Amino acid sequence: MTLTVEAHGLTKRYGSLRAVNDVSFAIPGGSIVGLLGRNGAGKTTLMQLITGQELATSGTVSVFGENPVENPRAMSTLCFVKEAQKYPEDFRVRHVMAVAPRFFPNWDAAYAEQLVDEFRLSRKQRIKKLSRGQLSSVGIIVGLASRAPVTIFDEPYLGLDAIARQNFYDHLLADYSENPRTIILSTHLIDEVANLLEHAIVIDDGRIVLDAPVDELRASAVTVSGPSGAVEAFTADREVMHHQTLGGLATATVAALSERDRAAAASAGLEVGPVSLQQLIIRRSGGWTTEEESA
Amino acid sequence: MDDGRPIFLQLAEHIEDGIIDGSYPDEGQLPSINDFAAFHRINPATALKGIQRLVDAGLVYKRRGVGMFVSAGARERLLAARRERFAKTHVAPLLAEARTLGLSTTELIDLIRKDTPS
Repeated sequence: MTLTVEAHGLTKRYGSLRAVNDVSFAIPGGSIVGLLGRNGAGKTTLMQLITGQELATSGTVSVFGENPVENPRAMSTLCFVKEAQKYPEDFRVRHVMAVAPRFFPNWDAAYAEQLVDEFRLSRKQRIKKLSRGQLSSVGIIVGLASRAPVTIFDEPYLGLDAIARQNFYDHLLADYSENPRTIILSTHLIDEVANLLEHAIVIDDGRIVLDAPVDELRASAVTVSGPSGAVEAFTADREVMHHQTLGGLATATVAALSERDRAAAASAGLEVGPVSLQQLIIRRSGGWTTEEESA
Repeated sequence: MDDGRPIFLQLAEHIEDGIIDGSYPDEGQLPSINDFAAFHRINPATALKGIQRLVDAGLVYKRRGVGMFVSAGARERLLAARRERFAKTHVAPLLAEARTLGLSTTELIDLIRKDTPS
């Protein structure tokens, strides 16, 4: 499999702050990857490094084997949809669609027009008069219609309602199915995108704390719940990642169970349930607080 | 679709259910990978992995350029496998729940008799 984005010992320092700290990873071509982490974890800096908008302090990053910095050939394969994209002062929606083909060789104008209608944007509307959600829609349309071999969405749906987000996910999947490419999705709405992702990279405090196929992650843990005594007996010789009690009942998060273990749990009157990707990432990456959990 | 196991397993089982209940009859064509991905809102690679499992088990076969089809006899084979698993997946939890509720095995059998249309 060809690798699209690769980093080795990648570091970006701002003064004494290591925003990205000795990071190495390789993203296989044609997959949807989640770049997940808390606010300030270093996600945006990492994406800026991948897209050549920041210079690495040390280490390397490559896109299709090339350094992206001031490299038109690498740039033509990239589309970076930023959380707060700036447009020229007097730009209207139609201007964005009109200039896009200059940046994106694979631009599909007909698809872009269809999306403008579906996201209910007015072509005459001034960009600076758009609501936060509408601005997000413009970014999503550019990202999808760019058909760039590496498309990066940084928190693409700020201000978007649930229907528009679902619309985005449906389009992303449908268009990705027909035009496979590498899509990097940075978000903290982990559970909403969990099933779309093939691979998750979790970054915290500038470092990668988890880099694994989502299937593998999901299969790695379960919750076991029931009467505290039974839960305790069942989990006595297991590593418990998380434990909660409520009156005489308890729920423990443990590593995946074999068929035999599942049967044993069932006959002990315990219920085995799923751990959401978000919960799992919080457990596995350690540092996330309960504030993120309840978000 | 989510019971905590990997999505591809859940999809494979969901299609098996369809084969068992006749939604996907023997030799019938299955929806495409992309159709499954769009319908369940899952990654197409995950959908492919789920279906590949059925192909590997010989329950589904691919016809190049046409699509995927249910193998002849797939339903019978699935039924046999599911019956074999039934005790573990259904009877054991039923007994466990009955015990929690303080139902004896005799009472449980009576309940089953009462609910079984003769």
